[in-house]
Amino acid sequence: MMIKLQAKDIIFSYDSVPILKNVSFEIPPAKLVAIVGPNGSGKSTLIKCIDRILTPQSGSILIDRKEVTRMKRMDVARNIAYVPQNSLRIFPNNVVDTVLMGRRPHLGWISSDDDEEKVWAVLRLLGIEELGMNNFNELSGGQQQKVLLARALVQEADVLLLDEPTSNLDIWHQLDVMNIIRDLVNKKVITALMAVHDLNLASRYSDRMIMMKSGKIVAAGEPSYVLTPENIESVYNVEAAVRKQSETPYIIPLKQAPIGRKG
Amino acid sequence: MTKAVKRRSSRTGKLSTTQEAYKKFVFRKTAFMGTILLLIILLTGIIITLGPLDITVTEAYCALLDKLYPDCFNVDDLTEQVIWNIRFPRIIGGVMAGFGFGVCGCVMQAVLKNPLASPFTLGISAGAQFGIAVAAVLGISVIGGPYLLIGNAFVFALLCSGFIIALATVKGATSETMILAGIAVNYLFTAMSQLFKYFASDEQLRLMTSWGMGDLAAFTWERFPLILVVFVICIPLLMSKAWDLNIMTAGDETAKSIGVDANNVRTFIMVISSLLVATVVCFTGTIGFIGLVAPHIARMIIGGDHRFLIPASGILGAFVLILADAIGMNIIAPTIIPTGIMTSLIGVPFFMYLILKGKRREFWT
Repeated sequence: MMIKLQAKDIIFSYDSVPILKNVSFEIPPAKLVAIVGPNGSGKSTLIKCIDRILTPQSGSILIDRKEVTRMKRMDVARNIAYVPQNSLRIFPNNVVDTVLMGRRPHLGWISSDDDEEKVWAVLRLLGIEELGMNNFNELSGGQQQKVLLARALVQEADVLLLDEPTSNLDIWHQLDVMNIIRDLVNKKVITALMAVHDLNLASRYSDRMIMMKSGKIVAAGEPSYVLTPENIESVYNVEAAVRKQSETPYIIPLKQAPIGRKG
Repeated sequence: MTKAVKRRSSRTGKLSTTQEAYKKFVFRKTAFMGTILLLIILLTGIIITLGPLDITVTEAYCALLDKLYPDCFNVDDLTEQVIWNIRFPRIIGGVMAGFGFGVCGCVMQAVLKNPLASPFTLGISAGAQFGIAVAAVLGISVIGGPYLLIGNAFVFALLCSGFIIALATVKGATSETMILAGIAVNYLFTAMSQLFKYFASDEQLRLMTSWGMGDLAAFTWERFPLILVVFVICIPLLMSKAWDLNIMTAGDETAKSIGVDANNVRTFIMVISSLLVATVVCFTGTIGFIGLVAPHIARMIIGGDHRFLIPASGILGAFVLILADAIGMNIIAPTIIPTGIMTSLIGVPFFMYLILKGKRREFWT
């Protein structure tokens, strides 16, 4: 089996508070992998460690068998792109200039027409070309999320990391963003790893799921293997029913489990 | 990745309306800078004519060009002397100071991600002021001779920002820490200056006060090579980071994910711009307002791309400073109102007008 992205025994702690405890996984190319888990389980931290936004205390991350921790930051950026959780800007740019930032790992001081053309191509792909001149802060949440996705896509990295890409979106935009990502994965353009809260969205769109609790991987594999009532109760402390709808498991939370504490 | 993008980028040869709007926007940025540059040249000619000796605008330009092409023009000797040794150096000084403040304000606001940042946020002026106080009251200076005051101002200004940069580097530089530390150091050095003022004689007090108001009178031809060298080194270094600055305004995490080492860039920018500001400040004294406001005005007009924003802030700073200085020199002549006072008196109402007129909630966008 080919491996695109591999993490080995990642340990990370903030000021000696352990967040990730020996996290290891392997992801084959052109797959969409969802990381799920309760608040504070280390999903976002794991994603930031992979992109070297945070530096793990130990462990290694390999992309195409190359060690990410020993790469220059620009080289990491050429291999891995990251879509952050949305936030407002203090000095916002217009959409084109915001997306153009993603070309930074590929360009010199002057951006070429080619770079600009790539920006327009991605904006067209996401259907937001007409927003090009709008100010980032004046867009709706869904539009902002797409702009951030566009910026990551023009980076032309094989691996795309996403941190809660759908958390502030209405259901139409959730499906829209997920369909775009699914489509890119299907075309073997990218391998995507995303942290998601919505278990049903993760179940519907991902090839594999990684379920985390307190900095450890509890279960990993296909959604139907990971999303079982037992796993959900032990990880989330929630009793849930699992229903199948066209081969995809969907979760219906029933009630909070009486004992234990939430991760 | 490349495949999908290329497939869709088949050039139709025709630009969409948004694309055309973007091209126009880029053109507008260049046009704006060209216009202000032209205005500076025009203003230079006009300002030279103001003063006790009557000079016409034509004479002013002829005298300036006469230095370059000695035989082409017929300019009388006194006029040329007045222009070259009295009026022109002050204008050039104003242009350089305004440019330096504008550029530094712009890059500092970007790396500190704070619209309140200016060259004086890091206590640079307070440090320089204290340096002057030490030299004036105690007669102690790092460099002796004619550079007694200036040398001290320079060293103490750098000391201030150096302390903050070092602190932020050791503790891990976040922009909030740097601004807080800067304001704290500002208070400390202001307090120490006031302590010195408390014990100073009238003569020493006058020296300290006049420096604190900010004045361009210290610019003479002998001093230019030094300033010019600092400019020629620092400005291209700051400009070379324009892309990284664009990206850093989106936050440190995003910057890192796009390949920009945010902490290194921040430290680099702070070191270079502190050096630049200290060099200017030690000649001019406190002219703080330009560094805060020129970048905001530029950002309102041409947007947030630092490849354009850095030079535009500089040019705009230069323009506002020489305009204010010219008014200060002539409005109640022969009394000269110090440059620093005049820039604030003119600049603040203008800035307020822009805030009120702007449709947006965030006036700096």
